[in-house]
Amino acid sequence: MKKTNNSRERRNLLTGLAFIAPNFIGFLIFSLIPVGASLVLSFSNWDLISPPEFIGIGNYKELFTADPLFWKVLWNTVRYCLIAIPGMMILALLLALLVNQRLRGRMIYRFIYFLPVVTSSIAVSIVWTWMFNTDFGLINQFLSIFNVPSINWLADERTAMVAIATVGIWSSAGYNMVLFLAGLQAIPRQLYEACEIDGGGTIRKFTSVTIPMLTPTTFFVLVMSIINSFQVFDYVYMMTGGAPNNTTKSIVSYIYDNGFQFFKMGNASALSWILFLIVFSLTYVQFKMQDKWVEY
Amino acid sequence: MLDNNIALRMTRKALIYIFMTIFAIFLGFPFLWMVITSLKTSGQIFIYPPVFIPDPVQLSNYTDAWVKASFSKYFFNSVFVTVLTVAGQITTSSLAAYSFSRLHYKGRDKIFLTYLATMMIPFPVVMVPNFVIMRVFHWLNSYQALIVPSIFTAYGTFMLRQFFMSIPSELDEAATIDGSSKFGIFCRIIMPLSKPGIITLCVFSFIGSWNSFLWPLLVTNKQDMFTLPLGLAIFRGFEYNIQYNLLLAGTVICILPILVIYLLAQKFFVEGIALSGIKG
Repeated sequence: MKKTNNSRERRNLLTGLAFIAPNFIGFLIFSLIPVGASLVLSFSNWDLISPPEFIGIGNYKELFTADPLFWKVLWNTVRYCLIAIPGMMILALLLALLVNQRLRGRMIYRFIYFLPVVTSSIAVSIVWTWMFNTDFGLINQFLSIFNVPSINWLADERTAMVAIATVGIWSSAGYNMVLFLAGLQAIPRQLYEACEIDGGGTIRKFTSVTIPMLTPTTFFVLVMSIINSFQVFDYVYMMTGGAPNNTTKSIVSYIYDNGFQFFKMGNASALSWILFLIVFSLTYVQFKMQDKWVEY
Repeated sequence: MLDNNIALRMTRKALIYIFMTIFAIFLGFPFLWMVITSLKTSGQIFIYPPVFIPDPVQLSNYTDAWVKASFSKYFFNSVFVTVLTVAGQITTSSLAAYSFSRLHYKGRDKIFLTYLATMMIPFPVVMVPNFVIMRVFHWLNSYQALIVPSIFTAYGTFMLRQFFMSIPSELDEAATIDGSSKFGIFCRIIMPLSKPGIITLCVFSFIGSWNSFLWPLLVTNKQDMFTLPLGLAIFRGFEYNIQYNLLLAGTVICILPILVIYLLAQKFFVEGIALSGIKG
């Protein structure tokens, strides 16, 4: 009896593993092993040609103490997030509230709002770079109607990151709109009716029903937006390449530069782990803080 | 009183339409401008005030982009890479998802947890080792490099597992009594019943693969191997004499297939995002 049990267990195990195998082998080679390898590499010095040399926390120490550009790209990325995340969340909420009204034609509007989400970030960067063009860009030509002198959007330190963040907002608002919309539609009608009976108007209904009931969605949108925004790369690469004066270079751009322009593989790996730790701790802190403001 | 109410409602409606239209202009206009620019002659591009209706409409920008600027080659590469990536993702992740959701054996949940844990790790972390692996395999500048590493998705596995869990297990039991094998159950019961989930994953992985940029940028540097986003980036370059009309014709070529998919599968997008909340 025991024997048959054992052999059945083994057969189950083999069947189970056989189904996982095609995925797991690739997962092992392209995800699991690279995660470990990257951690090891972050403690070494390697230019892809000579053998890697173990240097302990050398890369981290160099980044934190001897690399002013590191602090700059960190700050740039935070600046991007500070502009883009509130922008994309507020816009997304507005869009969701508007589209949630049962008006004719709302499907067409929703279609347009979501369109940037599915569009290639490279195509997006190209058309926006063209619109931000100093001499012939549509934005400056539009502003010149109001006698605004032409702005060197992507080459001026004061405006370059704002321009990139605008594109970030433009391309992610529709995605967050869909999430907010799902949240809005999950609010039970009875809550609004109860608020109405208590004499609440439109504004009251919004502040005491919609906003609290949307906090779980808002929490989710915030967490995802932070994770994604900290990894901004494509727009920077295409729109400014990190210029002017490295004021738009992001963490991932810096990883790309160090790893694939200067072939400092250890340094690039260390940077990528710092990125992971930042994103991970921000997510962790948010989960810890959610009882303070998220209502379930 | 009644008239007042109607007037109020009309104003409210009008205001909503006005705001919706303003946002639609902000979010939709760049697409329109893309198409307009792609139809202009190079002379019409650099004019003040800007021209909104191209005259003449220069359709030859598209044939020039397609033939002379090699966008046909990039297009073919993108189609080839994307189709194989999607097929590979669906195959491997549905098999694994079946195992994670339906089969019972020791260690299953531990393996699944490992999958979940790696989903939190940003791509840049595994970027350097993956590049090294491609180099060791001599896969740089090959289709393998563009396709193979992207096939094994933890995200897709997770998503399909959630979907498979919602299928009642009585169906499996009935099929087992009828003498069906595990693989038979997978093919004849689980997969057909999960069509919406499979289509959603297809759509997400199609978009993800079609728009992918950073990875192709790392592993290819020969024009023959460029996908559309890479071809666009290189064609634009960082020069001053950019041929905007051809370039924007290229962006339209890049966006068009996605637009078609989006039009056909809009329902799956919205449901998929609401379901999983993760961008492909």
